[in-house]
Amino acid sequence: MSGTSVDAGEVAKFEAMAAEWWDERGTAAPLHRMNPCRLDYIARQIAAEFDRDRAAPRPFAGLRVADIGCGGGLLSEPMARLGAEVVGADAGAENIGVARAHAAAAGLTIDYRATTAEALAAAGESFDVLLAMEIVEHVADPRAFLATCAGLLRPGGLMICSTLNRTAKAWALAVFGAERVMRWLPAGTHDWSKFLSPKELAEMLREAGLEVVDRKGMVFDPLSGDWALSERDLSVNYVAAAVRPG
Amino acid sequence: MAYDRDIVIVGGGLNGCALALACARAGLSSVVIDRLPAEVRGGDRFDGRSYALAAASQRLLAALGLWAPLQGEAQPILEIKASDGRPGEGAAPFFLHFDAAELDEGPMGWMVEDRHLRRALLAAMAEEPLVEHRPGETVVAQSVEGMAAGVVLGSGVRLTAPLVVGADGKASGTAERAGIRRTGWDYGQTALVCAVAHERPHHGCAHQFFMPGGPLAILPLTGNRSSIVWSERRGLAEHIAGLDDAGFLEALRPRFGDFLGAISLAGDRYSYPLGLSLADRIVGERLALVGDAAQSVHPIAGQGLNQGLRDIGTLAEVLAEARRRGEDIGAGQVLERHRRWRSFDRAALALATDGFNRLFSNDNALLRLGRDLGMGVLGHLPGLRRRFVREAAGLAGDMPRLLKGQPL
Repeated sequence: MSGTSVDAGEVAKFEAMAAEWWDERGTAAPLHRMNPCRLDYIARQIAAEFDRDRAAPRPFAGLRVADIGCGGGLLSEPMARLGAEVVGADAGAENIGVARAHAAAAGLTIDYRATTAEALAAAGESFDVLLAMEIVEHVADPRAFLATCAGLLRPGGLMICSTLNRTAKAWALAVFGAERVMRWLPAGTHDWSKFLSPKELAEMLREAGLEVVDRKGMVFDPLSGDWALSERDLSVNYVAAAVRPG
Repeated sequence: MAYDRDIVIVGGGLNGCALALACARAGLSSVVIDRLPAEVRGGDRFDGRSYALAAASQRLLAALGLWAPLQGEAQPILEIKASDGRPGEGAAPFFLHFDAAELDEGPMGWMVEDRHLRRALLAAMAEEPLVEHRPGETVVAQSVEGMAAGVVLGSGVRLTAPLVVGADGKASGTAERAGIRRTGWDYGQTALVCAVAHERPHHGCAHQFFMPGGPLAILPLTGNRSSIVWSERRGLAEHIAGLDDAGFLEALRPRFGDFLGAISLAGDRYSYPLGLSLADRIVGERLALVGDAAQSVHPIAGQGLNQGLRDIGTLAEVLAEARRRGEDIGAGQVLERHRRWRSFDRAALALATDGFNRLFSNDNALLRLGRDLGMGVLGHLPGLRRRFVREAAGLAGDMPRLLKGQPL
């Protein structure tokens, strides 16, 4: 996979975790914890952008969604349940194996591919929605990666991107806390120097030709163990929505 | 694999039907497996059974579109009087008096006959394409395979769904098959339940007389009729239950008093041994329990169905939100939200109902005095009273949307 933004070392780290993707109490537990909050945001943004009624049985029917860095399919499956035609892409072949097996057990049809955003672009694929969740901080060249993702969007298409802010608090919580103290995530999952500030992310999205339409923080409440969206607190995890002008 | 339905609901009683309708409003399909045949479930003869619906429960029914057909058949409870007494001695000097005027939300509750509630639910289910009703069927086996929960019916039909809900009462087979144990205790009491007709109007007032053997509740039905829930020590209750109608009325009269004039029976008589029965867990692998299957409580304040409807309001909202996000509705994480939301309510309820009854059915003179004073004191504290009234009306706590009368 030459000419890709994927960092080989990063891929190997997740492959080691692959079988545990769907264990709500295992190493992917923090991701399962965060998932309802991420899904709320994603579903709301898609419904607003494409004027869909969320009460409908399959509100996202007719939309083609790419889930880049799909892992075990924690986001791909919900999107498929909501009616979208989903392509789940992950550079780790083992992840794709796990994701395929799980989707089959869930009775969902999802096009999982052991591939990269760059390869999808080279193949001429295009999407209404592109999800790049918790991936930007793991790629070798975020600027090039975001430009490639933007190129995969159809005119009027929506990209949703979440990542970690490069703040001392993010280091304390995500790197020191989650990896080294709590052992929620394997040590080395995150490299703080790769984190982007919301401003940097917005700039990269704009450079990629997208218009940033929304930005929210995702905040963890240690007492309830739940995540919630926040208008103001983008100091650790945050998510942005950007549209390709149509 | 593909699922047959979103939810398999085991139990076609009030809770099972209400859950199916609530979930359908959120776009979730279900099949309701009912042990009873359709003609029994849909019978329209008044059998003497009725429910005291708390205000929150009435709102849930209204939010589901079920209140319109019931309203004409429901008796509002405008006032509750609770007093301490012994047969033949009359009421103690202090008594609790709650008035609907103390609530901004209208009546404190409604009395609805079982037959009207059942028929309203069945009619609504028949019109709901997302609900399939399978009367006269029993579940003979249940399992979880991969991501699917499945049940096998007596007829051999096999149904799969991401989630199975047990709404099959306090002897829940669904809970038992899932290996969920129950904790409970027996109060050594039996509730004698019937409806009576009386000469004088009740003016929408409900009475609760706390007798040494247990409470006697007189709850207003439409017309000059009232529902009786009379709790007695087991031995005496069994004796009274064994009497003929004339003998039963003879035993009831000195306790009931003559404030409503002459009384006569207006339906069948029932007796229910009283006990508290709590499922150790209300969720399991691709499984949730609601209603009496989750917690069967002493009917002292008519809280059984009301608690069941709180289960339904909560579970339906949790599942509706999960569906809107595209989550797997049977995932452990989703069911955990339901468990967490219900846990405080369940613990508080078990303690409150149990403590309330022990306090009020004891003939110890000292306790009696404390009780009289306690009730007198309670009657003079507006803030505490209001909380008590709101609790009885089911309006306290972090409420699911349906119980606030809002759509999901």
